[in-house]
Amino acid sequence: MKKASSLLDLVAQCRQAPRHRPWPRAIADEKTWQLAREHLAAGRWSLLGLWGDSTTVHAALLDGNTPAVLSFECANGTYPSLARDHMPASRLERAIRDLWGLEPQGLADTRPWLDHGRWSGRGPLEGEGGSTAYRFLSAEGDSLHEIPVGPVHAGIIEPGHFRFSVSGEAVVRLEARLGYVHKGIERLMAGAGLDRGAALAGRCSGDSTVAYALAFSRAAEAASGAEVPPRAHWLRALMAEFERVANHLGDIGAICNDAAFALMHTHCGILREQVLRAAHACFGHRLMRDLIVPGGVVIDVDTRCTETIRALVAEIRNRFPALVELYDNTASLQDRTVGTGFLNQELARQYAAGGYVGRASGRDFDARRGLGYPPYPELDFSIPVLQDGDVNARVWIRIREIEQSLAIVDQILERLPSGSIRTGIPGGSGEGAALVEAFRGDVLVWLRLADDRSVERCHLRDPSWFQWPLLEAAIEGNIVADFPLCNKSFNCSYSGHDL
Amino acid sequence: MRKLLFNSVTHAPLTEPAPAMDDTALAELAASLERVARRRLGRSLAIREVDAGSCNGCELEIHALNNAFYDLERFGIRFVASPRHADVLLVTGPVTTNMREALARTYAATPDPKWVVAVGDCAVDGGIFADSYAVEGGVSSVLQVDLHIRGCPPTPEQLLRGLLALLQVAEKGNVP
Repeated sequence: MKKASSLLDLVAQCRQAPRHRPWPRAIADEKTWQLAREHLAAGRWSLLGLWGDSTTVHAALLDGNTPAVLSFECANGTYPSLARDHMPASRLERAIRDLWGLEPQGLADTRPWLDHGRWSGRGPLEGEGGSTAYRFLSAEGDSLHEIPVGPVHAGIIEPGHFRFSVSGEAVVRLEARLGYVHKGIERLMAGAGLDRGAALAGRCSGDSTVAYALAFSRAAEAASGAEVPPRAHWLRALMAEFERVANHLGDIGAICNDAAFALMHTHCGILREQVLRAAHACFGHRLMRDLIVPGGVVIDVDTRCTETIRALVAEIRNRFPALVELYDNTASLQDRTVGTGFLNQELARQYAAGGYVGRASGRDFDARRGLGYPPYPELDFSIPVLQDGDVNARVWIRIREIEQSLAIVDQILERLPSGSIRTGIPGGSGEGAALVEAFRGDVLVWLRLADDRSVERCHLRDPSWFQWPLLEAAIEGNIVADFPLCNKSFNCSYSGHDL
Repeated sequence: MRKLLFNSVTHAPLTEPAPAMDDTALAELAASLERVARRRLGRSLAIREVDAGSCNGCELEIHALNNAFYDLERFGIRFVASPRHADVLLVTGPVTTNMREALARTYAATPDPKWVVAVGDCAVDGGIFADSYAVEGGVSSVLQVDLHIRGCPPTPEQLLRGLLALLQVAEKGNVP
């Protein structure tokens, strides 16, 4: 075989899976799989996702802005570990072992990940289930001690366990243990109709309910070949940008609050509440849940709604700049955020970190532009990228993205096409994939539909999978008291990750 | 900053009047309080929030209770960092199998008298996740629940109605 240099060349040399849209999917032999691993390890390609499917392992790969899926059929229940040379795959491979029993050959980490040894025979695999004990990685040195935190935390946040090894105030190592909110969503997906599938997708991570429903719907539409009416595309983008603005406002306030600057928190909280109220007034739900479905959207906007949205945008434009100035000119706040929680660009690139985590560390990728799903190619907006990689940079990316989202909302209101908002989903089996830019990064959904349009297999990959490990790198050398600040600047999803 | 602070002083507050209490919530509480120990708590309820597997949607709306529009603390209701300080456990999620023990231990760490409020549709009976191998099927599968606040997620106003009902009952120290 000729050594393929591009992902599409490599895929073209393999057996193609029929009816996989919109990207190709190819069945890889061992040599091809290992070649892909070399490309990943060399940093030429990025890993978008890795998931099990009875006895097959699928890897979604990204070469520049070109995605493709490579599949390895595990003849004897094993496959060559990608994580052996490409660490970002590690937790995904551990999760595949927990859920499908497929063994990654060459993965040094033999610990379970989502399986806490508590499913006792009810779990996805046959047998009694493992032990509840878990061995954290050790840190050795004089006067080191460990601080265990969680799964129940002090604030109103999701559960997870953090194990800090500290030397005095400085964090020497942080290791997270997740999986506490694993709900078995992918098993519930199997056999679900499209409506239930969209509802389940919208409950993977509540803060990204619009993005998940959009990603699921786009994947289902790709698999079935449905053509969504233009107006639905634009309404979807309207909701997606609302969700982005609401979450970024909440995050900016919460980050400042974790630096003990409550004034920003209060004022950002007011703006966030106004966004949610406008969403409720226009779409009937504050978080816009269950409104995007395969085929389109279930609710249309009228002129009363567009007036409400225009007033909201004007209100944010009126009030937000003063808050940005306050953030930028408060020395005591800057003292906490500048230089704190530094994530280097090489790690951001290696992990293909999405959202503000990647873009604050020089990774210039946004699925809205990179994959150009409608209506974004028709909209004028820019993708802010910074090189500093600290908490401050992650705040600034959010600030700039709010401004860009408001500009997008303006354009949508001006140019919203008329026509229907929903189409039917044709029958017939097929496979589909979609990558959608949620507020915290790109959400990947891959699914296979059966002849009766039910979901046979659906995988949902939260951006947090590739951000959680980077938090552990970013906190190194910082003081324990800055952990909430660093953690909030990442704001990874527990539920989206644990599924 | 001075200008922002000054505006806050000169402008009318954003905080809205309290909603009416939820009648069904009151009825549910009346029944449950006959079982639990009664004691005057004064005008104060300390709440410990426990996420037992929610999608984080409920957490977003619980957070919103603290914003200027709802301002939960004016009712003497506040969120605390430890179950040791709490009168109420506010539990979200269908209770995942992986969170069952942590939830039970949080409850055990909460001093008597205590109430359990289950928030969100999946906290009632597991909701959309009910059939999963990884889910226990609602808060009442692990703890005695005194009040359910439904919704996916419940709006801050729905949460406020439920909590005000709880406060009123707790204050009277007997069945209304």
